[in-house]
Amino acid sequence: MRNPSTFGITWYAQDTLGEIVFFTPPAVGAQLAKDEHYTEVESVKAVSDVVAPLSGEVIEVNESLTNEPQKINEDPYGDGWLVRVRLTDPTEAQELMDAATYKATLP
Amino acid sequence: MSDQLTAPPSRWFIEAADDELTIFERSREGRRAFIAPRLDVPERPLDELIPAELRRREGARLPEVSEPEIVRHYTRLSKRNFDLDTGFYPLGSCTMKHNPKLHERVAGLPGNADLHPLQAAGDAQGALELMWRLQHSLGEIAGLPHVSLQPSAGSHGELTGVLITRAYHEANGDRRTKVLTPDTAHGTNPATVTMAGYELVKIGTDEYGNVDIDDLRRHVDTDVACLMLTNPSTLGLFERHIEQIAKAVHDVGATLYYDGANLNAIMGICRPGDMGFDIVHFNLHKSFTQPHGGGGPGAGPIAVAAHMEPFLPRPQVVRREDGSFDLDHDRPHSIGRMRGFQGNYGVFVRSYAYIRSLGAAGLREASEVAVLNANYLLARLRREGVLEYLPAAYDRICMHEFVLSGAVMKRELGIRTLDLAKRLLDHGVHPPTVYFPLIVDEALMVEPTETETRETLDHFAAVVAEILREAATDPEIARTAPHTAPVRRLDEAGAARHPVVRQPL
Repeated sequence: MRNPSTFGITWYAQDTLGEIVFFTPPAVGAQLAKDEHYTEVESVKAVSDVVAPLSGEVIEVNESLTNEPQKINEDPYGDGWLVRVRLTDPTEAQELMDAATYKATLP
Repeated sequence: MSDQLTAPPSRWFIEAADDELTIFERSREGRRAFIAPRLDVPERPLDELIPAELRRREGARLPEVSEPEIVRHYTRLSKRNFDLDTGFYPLGSCTMKHNPKLHERVAGLPGNADLHPLQAAGDAQGALELMWRLQHSLGEIAGLPHVSLQPSAGSHGELTGVLITRAYHEANGDRRTKVLTPDTAHGTNPATVTMAGYELVKIGTDEYGNVDIDDLRRHVDTDVACLMLTNPSTLGLFERHIEQIAKAVHDVGATLYYDGANLNAIMGICRPGDMGFDIVHFNLHKSFTQPHGGGGPGAGPIAVAAHMEPFLPRPQVVRREDGSFDLDHDRPHSIGRMRGFQGNYGVFVRSYAYIRSLGAAGLREASEVAVLNANYLLARLRREGVLEYLPAAYDRICMHEFVLSGAVMKRELGIRTLDLAKRLLDHGVHPPTVYFPLIVDEALMVEPTETETRETLDHFAAVVAEILREAATDPEIARTAPHTAPVRRLDEAGAARHPVVRQPL
């Protein structure tokens, strides 16, 4: 697991949420706990919690999303990243699914 | 796609919207719709009437237009609106039932319409009596005797109810920090909880669409001030375990709050007070026929059990021993005023007219037919094959509304619930509620109400089936719908990201 790591939401998540109109970035320095929500994204449908996949400290937030939240829809795995995090326990990543396993869970 | 396919099946609008100027853009200096008659009293200097420092230096920038321009402008705009008087409006959870025109007549009577809110109680006995009688009627419908008409919206009623809960616990020397809501709750519930200074805890839904009792038991303790619930639930299902829920909540000394959003399903059949609820709010603009949908005015009165009565807002409308009606300000434990004056009086007149026109048996019949219509429509959609693409979220007998999931439709036909909703506009039907409750994927929430005919319900079912057939051939038609409305697909994301909130004059 790369450390620091980049967090975001999946293609499926952005597709299900619909067009995202607002992203509330956490503060740089915020401590994230695995499986706890650390920020919110607002789409035309709803405001949704974003859950941290791993624990760590926020070292950078994607400031460009303030004016262009649509990047989360357009490129969730690239320009639409949310935060960079210095992981406190990279071994937590062993509990995560790989992409193929995740895809198999989708409807 | 061919023109034939996109041709409007029905036209509920008159003309394209692009060219409609605002009333300010139409303004031309000196144009008038009305000229005041010549003064027939001696003219007095303005300074004598209003001191110069209290007057504005420049004239107000009001549009200067002629009467025909005003009439045409607003008539054109009104024709572009889709409203209950135009067509079927099955907007789930909103109870868009017909508003009898008789109510407009009584609300417009001079004694009602010309009333001033500062009139002394002695000069407004009729209005106070109507409010007092409405309080009694609502108390009887709720099964909770003490009513305040002050709150002016459902959410306002919620806030009042939770503040009363807070006052009740504090009077018992009891400091509690949490309020529970189900994960299907209306968004106003969590907002109310936060605004009243409590921490929100969400309770899960079980596989039948009920409150998950085990999850409730895990979270209910002496830190819990209140559980906010609707019954029937936001999924349109009757909460079967309501007595167990009420017991679990009361066992820890918490209160049980009834969100009246879905009262239209149970009026005159069962009473929230009998189910164990301590506080109820009514949406007079839903169940009791105040026209709504344009943002108001509404009314969200609350009814409470005897142990909550001292905390109701003040003043209360009361009947004195001599039979006269009055406003009682002498309520030392009251949470105080929830608004200026006594509420939206016109709403009270319409709701009282509705209750008195129907009577107890009529209200019960209204609810029975609301439930029957919803179940008929669900059965009809099933017969049309619609449920193969939009299965019911929970396969049960529904109450006054039901929730379908468009997940299969999205996967098999490539159109989303939003596309179906927009295409319905081309057929002259207002879309149902979409993407709510959040726990149902691609949710479509349909509430037909008791005031629709069987033909209208059949038409809706046929139209949805037709849109699905059309999507199987050419999904692009639904994806780009509406085609015949005054405006096409709106850029909601753009409007939220870059709102234009003022127009330069």
